[in-house]
Amino acid sequence: MATTGTEAPSGLQIHPMDQFIVKPLFGDGPIEWYTPTNVTLWMAIAILGVTALLVLSTRRRAIVPSRGQSVAELFYGFIHKMVEDIAGHEGLKFFPYVMTLFMFVFLSNFLGLIPMSFTTTSHIAVTATLAILVFLTVTIVGFVRKGPGFLSMFWVSSAPLLLRPVLAVIEVISYFVRPLSHSVRLGGNLLAGHAVIKVFAGFAGAMGVASFVPVLAIAAMYGLEVLVSAVQAYVFTILTCVYLRDAVGEAHH
Amino acid sequence: MEGDIAEMGKFIGAGLAAIGLGGAGIGVGNIAGNFLAGALRNPSAAPSQTANLFVGIAFAEALGIFSFLIALLLMFAV
Repeated sequence: MATTGTEAPSGLQIHPMDQFIVKPLFGDGPIEWYTPTNVTLWMAIAILGVTALLVLSTRRRAIVPSRGQSVAELFYGFIHKMVEDIAGHEGLKFFPYVMTLFMFVFLSNFLGLIPMSFTTTSHIAVTATLAILVFLTVTIVGFVRKGPGFLSMFWVSSAPLLLRPVLAVIEVISYFVRPLSHSVRLGGNLLAGHAVIKVFAGFAGAMGVASFVPVLAIAAMYGLEVLVSAVQAYVFTILTCVYLRDAVGEAHH
Repeated sequence: MEGDIAEMGKFIGAGLAAIGLGGAGIGVGNIAGNFLAGALRNPSAAPSQTANLFVGIAFAEALGIFSFLIALLLMFAV
């Protein structure tokens, strides 16, 4: 998604997509896979932030927790309960993975809300990597644990026999569309939200005295974006749990 | 008038594809509204169903997101 902004006609200077351009941190050279870019920087900040929150703040293991430890414990309890409720007791083996995913996506979303920062999770490349890893994990774990019986999730045994082949086709398609919808949901939501804020910012630059109207709109959109950041991280994680349930839990059809 | 007709088709197509998001809006509103209606009838059962609410919203939204993806592809990839 590293493309240049759209040229708005009639002199309105709106470049809503410019904020998503991947730039090298040093110099203007070509971007190779090893080049440190702004994406690398903000991902590293997200990982350092997660580490600081989860490792450093819980180091003392106080019985009366400090502020940082309380936050870390809240996150831990929240995700632990989510995995146990949805993926079942067997799914708790994957709790570290789900927790890592949630903390990374959550912190990346919120770091992206800092003005002038870079939203790594708005790039389909980033979210697709996360989603494809979830997809591969679910597929491999499902086949390892259930063998060929994993394929029975495509054969809806509660449906009438005549309908089952039709449903099987639909189930197979929906299974393979999962990584696409899983990644585009997260990436698209953040991309669209940040682009809308930039469009309003363009209006504010063009309207002169009346620019307080778009500025108020930006404030409202920003509040919505805070909500969207949290909800999309939650949705990404909860869908991971739902997919893991197919692999580790009993059939839910 | 400048620009070519393929460019125009791209923008019109992207705009048309964005209409699909309206369906996602209807779907998400339907789910949230029905959840609220159910939660007001039986508030004690509501907290246990919020996970289902978000999963339902996510699935309804996915189909709208696909049309958004088509719009993005038309604008920036084609």
